[in-house]
Amino acid sequence: MGAFGDRFIALVLALGVLAAVITPARAGPYEDALAHFTADSFDQTIEGINAVATSGNAFAAPVISALQEGRLFFSADSKRVFIREPGDRLIDAATGQPVAADPPDLAPVRLNNRLRRIVEAALGSLTLMAPDPGKRLEAAQAVLKSKDPNALPALDQAIAKESDARVKLALTEARAAVVLYSDNASDDDKLDAIALIRQRGDQDALALLGGLPASASPAVKKAASEAIASVQNSLALWTAVQNAWYGLSLGSVLLLAAIGLAITFGVMGVINMAHGEMVMLGAYTTFVVQEVIRARNPALFDYSLAIAIPLAFLVAGFVGILIERGIIRFLYGRPLETLLATWGLSLIIQQAVRTAFGPTNKDVGNPSWMSGSFDLGHITITYNRLWIIVFTLLIFVGLLGLLRFTRFGLEMRAVTQNRAMAASMGIRTSRIDALTFGLGSGIAGLAGVALSQIDNVSPNLGQGYIIDSFMVVVFGGVGNLWGTLVGAFTLGIANKFLEPYAGAVLGKIAILVLIILFIQKRPRGLFALKGRAVEA
Amino acid sequence: MHTSIGAVAKRPFGRRLLAATAGLAFGVAAALPAQAQDTIKVGILHSLSGTMAISETTLKDVMLMLIEEQNKKGGVLGKKLEAVVVDPASNWPLFAEKARELITKDKVAVVFGCWTSVSRKSVLPVFKELNSILFYPVQYEGEESERNVFYTGAAPNQQAIPAVDYLMSKDGGEAKRWVLAGTDYVYPRTTNKILEAYLKQKGVADADIMINYTPFGHSDWQTIVSDIKKFGSAGKKTAVVSTINGDANVPFYKELGNQGVKATDIPVVAFSVGEEELAGIDTKPLLGHLAAWNYFQSIKTPINDKFIADWKSFIKNPKRVTNDPMEAHVVGFAMWVKAVEKVKSTDPDKVIDALPGIEAPNLTGGTSKMLPNHHITKPVFIGEVRGDGQFDVVWKTPGLVPGDAWSNFLPGSKDLEADWVTLKCGNYNTATKKCGGGS
Repeated sequence: MGAFGDRFIALVLALGVLAAVITPARAGPYEDALAHFTADSFDQTIEGINAVATSGNAFAAPVISALQEGRLFFSADSKRVFIREPGDRLIDAATGQPVAADPPDLAPVRLNNRLRRIVEAALGSLTLMAPDPGKRLEAAQAVLKSKDPNALPALDQAIAKESDARVKLALTEARAAVVLYSDNASDDDKLDAIALIRQRGDQDALALLGGLPASASPAVKKAASEAIASVQNSLALWTAVQNAWYGLSLGSVLLLAAIGLAITFGVMGVINMAHGEMVMLGAYTTFVVQEVIRARNPALFDYSLAIAIPLAFLVAGFVGILIERGIIRFLYGRPLETLLATWGLSLIIQQAVRTAFGPTNKDVGNPSWMSGSFDLGHITITYNRLWIIVFTLLIFVGLLGLLRFTRFGLEMRAVTQNRAMAASMGIRTSRIDALTFGLGSGIAGLAGVALSQIDNVSPNLGQGYIIDSFMVVVFGGVGNLWGTLVGAFTLGIANKFLEPYAGAVLGKIAILVLIILFIQKRPRGLFALKGRAVEA
Repeated sequence: MHTSIGAVAKRPFGRRLLAATAGLAFGVAAALPAQAQDTIKVGILHSLSGTMAISETTLKDVMLMLIEEQNKKGGVLGKKLEAVVVDPASNWPLFAEKARELITKDKVAVVFGCWTSVSRKSVLPVFKELNSILFYPVQYEGEESERNVFYTGAAPNQQAIPAVDYLMSKDGGEAKRWVLAGTDYVYPRTTNKILEAYLKQKGVADADIMINYTPFGHSDWQTIVSDIKKFGSAGKKTAVVSTINGDANVPFYKELGNQGVKATDIPVVAFSVGEEELAGIDTKPLLGHLAAWNYFQSIKTPINDKFIADWKSFIKNPKRVTNDPMEAHVVGFAMWVKAVEKVKSTDPDKVIDALPGIEAPNLTGGTSKMLPNHHITKPVFIGEVRGDGQFDVVWKTPGLVPGDAWSNFLPGSKDLEADWVTLKCGNYNTATKKCGGGS
């Protein structure tokens, strides 16, 4: 967007200079068209768009794209239309001259969805020959959707000139769409068009083929329904791939939420109902970091998550150590009391955050590299989900390494396996307990950073994850990190394959029933491990 | 995910804790000296903790502001108003207990409160038994009219039906295929039942309606959003009607934005998303998605400008927004004050009889009127999400729409009529000419 903005300024400036030199002060079709924008009525605006688009004026494209971006303003009193340029300069749309002061009754030309579609279509036809291939691709997509028969000559011209293969394909597909919906194309042309659209094979193609007007000839209709069947067939396979991807993504979220619990509950055997609140604290840390960055140095915004990660770990880890030292160490071996105490604690933390930050959701922004999606074949992969999978796996590998290769990890495993023996070897078991609990809580804090990107940040954030987390840990096998990994992904994928058939509500119930049955058969989960947790 | 299990497992401890909290609150309330005898007490029954605190805390604050303003004007009947705030903690049975406490112990003249339908249903018997007055400010599924309750939020015909009409209109995009997506509880299920009947009556085929329910707090919307995309690619203009509740909306809209579902292709019209909910998200990818309400903060009227300014200074935060249920309380409170002043008494029976016919200005420039069925007249607006988290009104009903307690589109309720003035009945059956009586 930024690059486009710059280019756009340059374009407008160049045009402005040009216009300043050559514009004679007389009313032409373009100036008449502009007048429609000052009526503040949707119907008038539509007429304005169509008239401007067909005026052939060099300003047509800038005016319509300003309209699309909400930068087109009008003054009802003076009947003039203005473009707000990036950088806040206001220029008169009729003359291209900068305006010294904003008119007092300056108001934006308003759009609704119907107008936005018309704007997209008009802009598509106008920018088919734009110098930027990305822009041309967008234009081709817009024409594909609008199926505007008037765009046909421009399309033919653009196809003849096009050198980029990808854009050329998009343009021919757009042409096929126009032909298919045109009233005066021959059936042979339409059948060719259907073949081309069938090749495209995605949901846009289905929409084109499915929406065929009733006036189409039987031969065309038959070809279209055959094409629909074939496209649907190939998409069915992609649906399975997509479900698997969604399952991985849900599994990674489950793993992220559960991995801290796998330490505190799995390794230490503490039933920590306040685990979700550690996740919530991590999310609020992200919020605070972003607030500070917004206030002090907005340029750093894309790095806000990188800054929040260590801070969230420290905040949640520190609170975790406080909880262990202050409460849990007095309750080892008494699971019911631990459960009650941590449940109460979770309510206290929730209400404390509610009092400090207010009960409403907090706006945690997505950095640009976490927004949007890309297409892989016929499935859509969103960046935020992709990065969360990567982040989760990194944490998992890091944690495995910590347990396997560091002294702290060694001591932790020793205390888990045999507390008395470890103590007699000179390990300060109570210190290890505190640090282990801090580690588990800190990792929950890291989960909070990631979850702030996909869920809403409110004091209730943690509640939604606590039951899932316990389920994953119990299902995977208490005390085993690999079990947690396998458990999380199994549940995620099973859930996502059930959801399309059973619906979200029934799907979840089904998963729960399956887990209950599974636990009957294997009470220790997928991977059972001997240790303190199991003996307790 | 498995909140059901969680709730079952947690309830005993939760209840114990809540009992303790309630005890504490009781202690505090008892410790306060029962000073001024000549005040009129106004009960405020909104959750200040738990899951609903996110929405209800704001309503408590707006009531405190209204009461303060009224006291500056000299109170009511020469007496100051005194707010009695209790916290039912998003716990439905506790709503009934707290309502009883407000009426019997604090002797409040009127209660403003509740958000979810289940909390309203839970306090209904209490208000009937003790004969008090409840003002309920939230849009709801209808199918109810009680003598002791005044519904200042929208009934389905004041929100859902006009929204669908808009989407069917030329400006709304002439939608032919419909996704009805909601959270799995009574409000979305009833509203969708009404909408389904309405759409079928308008000639929409079964195959062109997709109904989808999700659990409370659903956060993984990938499958559903891609299902909606798939459903929308059948070559007919598709629209989504969302009755998704509160918190689950944020991840839903984030997923819509990320998967590139644009309002120009598939518009989403929401009934539970207002300015407060949007405050938690970046709205730029949502440009053009819609919401149907009876009030928007962006509506320019002198009375609304003043209300927004008063609210920001009362709450001491210039970033706070206003929303539809707040306006409902403003209108409801003004009506109650007028009714009390008309009968010169706070006696519930007199006030209940006086309320129908009372008019009060709403914040969007009109005058709302309390109807004999205890619902009010409201304008209906369709707003588009703007980049700054506010709504741009793109359509509104020509006049005020009277709230209809019993939907005309459901087989069970189309013959029912509520009229507490002449018929003295909340569910009079016009076919059998009988009053259904208490539910």
